[in-house]
Amino acid sequence: MGKKSKGADFVGKIPKGVWLLISLVVALILWTVLSIIPSTSRCFPNAIKVIGSIQTMVSRGLLFKDIGSSLISVLLGFLIGFVTAVPVAFLMAWYRPVRFIIEPWIQFIRNIPPLAYVPLVVIGVGVGRTPQVIVIWLATFLTMTVTIFQGVINVDETLIKAARVLGAKDSDLFVKVIFPATTPFIITAIRLGISTALTTLIAAESTGAVAGLGMRIKALSNSYETTPMLLYIIIIGIIGMLAEKILKYFERKLTGWQEKREI
Amino acid sequence: MAGKEGNIKVSIRNVVKKYDTRNGEMIALNGANLDIMENEFICVIGPSGCGKSTLLNIIAGLLEPTSGEVIVDGHKVEGTGVDRGVVFQQYALFPWLTVKKNVQFGLKLQGKSQTEMDAIAEKYIKMVGLEKFIDSYPKELSGGMKQRVAIARAYAVNPSVLLMDEPFGALDAQTRTQLQTELLKTWQEENKTCFFVTHDIEEAIVLASRVVIMSARPGRIKEIIDIDIPHPRDQATKMSPRFVELKNYIWSQVYQEYLEVQK
Repeated sequence: MGKKSKGADFVGKIPKGVWLLISLVVALILWTVLSIIPSTSRCFPNAIKVIGSIQTMVSRGLLFKDIGSSLISVLLGFLIGFVTAVPVAFLMAWYRPVRFIIEPWIQFIRNIPPLAYVPLVVIGVGVGRTPQVIVIWLATFLTMTVTIFQGVINVDETLIKAARVLGAKDSDLFVKVIFPATTPFIITAIRLGISTALTTLIAAESTGAVAGLGMRIKALSNSYETTPMLLYIIIIGIIGMLAEKILKYFERKLTGWQEKREI
Repeated sequence: MAGKEGNIKVSIRNVVKKYDTRNGEMIALNGANLDIMENEFICVIGPSGCGKSTLLNIIAGLLEPTSGEVIVDGHKVEGTGVDRGVVFQQYALFPWLTVKKNVQFGLKLQGKSQTEMDAIAEKYIKMVGLEKFIDSYPKELSGGMKQRVAIARAYAVNPSVLLMDEPFGALDAQTRTQLQTELLKTWQEENKTCFFVTHDIEEAIVLASRVVIMSARPGRIKEIIDIDIPHPRDQATKMSPRFVELKNYIWSQVYQEYLEVQK
């Protein structure tokens, strides 16, 4: 018991930023070890080489083009996904027939890996930006619809009753109760949506994209260039973490009123 | 007695409520009749399933009776209305609004000016002794404080009848008695007609002008008892011989109902 609390004190005394640094250093050490072991060194070129490959990819004129292209696809797909998910989720929550018809479709499509229907999308709309956006839209739409729908049906019935007895009409209920009560779920949906968009990127860019992080990883694998491949994988991870940080900030601002346990 | 010889404020006439359940028709209320006088404090007591909450919801306009009607101030109840304020057991505060904004929720719907709203909110937040917490969010408040806010919010829209559905049921014994005393004081100052549902016999006697005992299966009004203990009442009232006498009598009546339900 005494030992444990001592340990806890020690853990608490170190600021979070320092922990992050420690985590990064440990990762770098692991990475270096992997780059030395012969059996893993082929797919884990050491960090210095990977950082050096930034220069290679920039000089080939690809790095920023790829990042830009992927961000456009991810953002477009995600935005259209969000804009369509919100009304569908609300309709499903309010009109049971809509729910009973659409819910099975969503459950059905959700379990199909996007890579499976990519060829169909390409046959349907051809190559270019459109199929990428469609694939990301579909994946993010499904995830976000399910999450927002859960939020709407979980709105506390007594809050609606309380608003009614205070004089709220149906239109007031939406703006003043259901929407704010659903905000935490909408933010979770956005978070899941962005993460889905990024994980769908490779599938989306296998539709004959001319640039993009996912497309480039495939192209590099054809020439066995593992160093820039690892760089690109790390870039996707960094984009995901940055998006998460930005969302956390908005979450604190918008849903700080929520009762939740400190973690 | 406060308002005993006054006008009839609420008239409950042959109110029947039936539900269709899987096991057939369930009669929640089987013809309730009751006239509530202006400024009267009615406490309704009875075993669970006696329809006391159903009756409250019908007066509030949150439920429609299967047959019969409720008249408030000469008008038939159709849907909710700001003339009938409700305090719920689960507080039902809007967690995304501060104490002040919660209290102003109904006022804002009425389109009152900011200065007017501020003055009213201040008055009622002061009445429940939460001036220091005017800008706090519900998550920062204890259960007792939350219920005080809910009471202030109900008073703020100036309803002519206050309906309370086991408002202190979720609170600890000490907070409960404290809030009872406060509520009595407020009732005497504000002169509102109150309809208070509880299953705590002492609470009913200390608060009520009349106690309505309901019986279960099917729910109906079994007996109405005048509480002839003079005001001001406080927790010491619970020691008086008359109080003990009334408590024993009501307890025996309610206990019979519990036995009935057990069968």
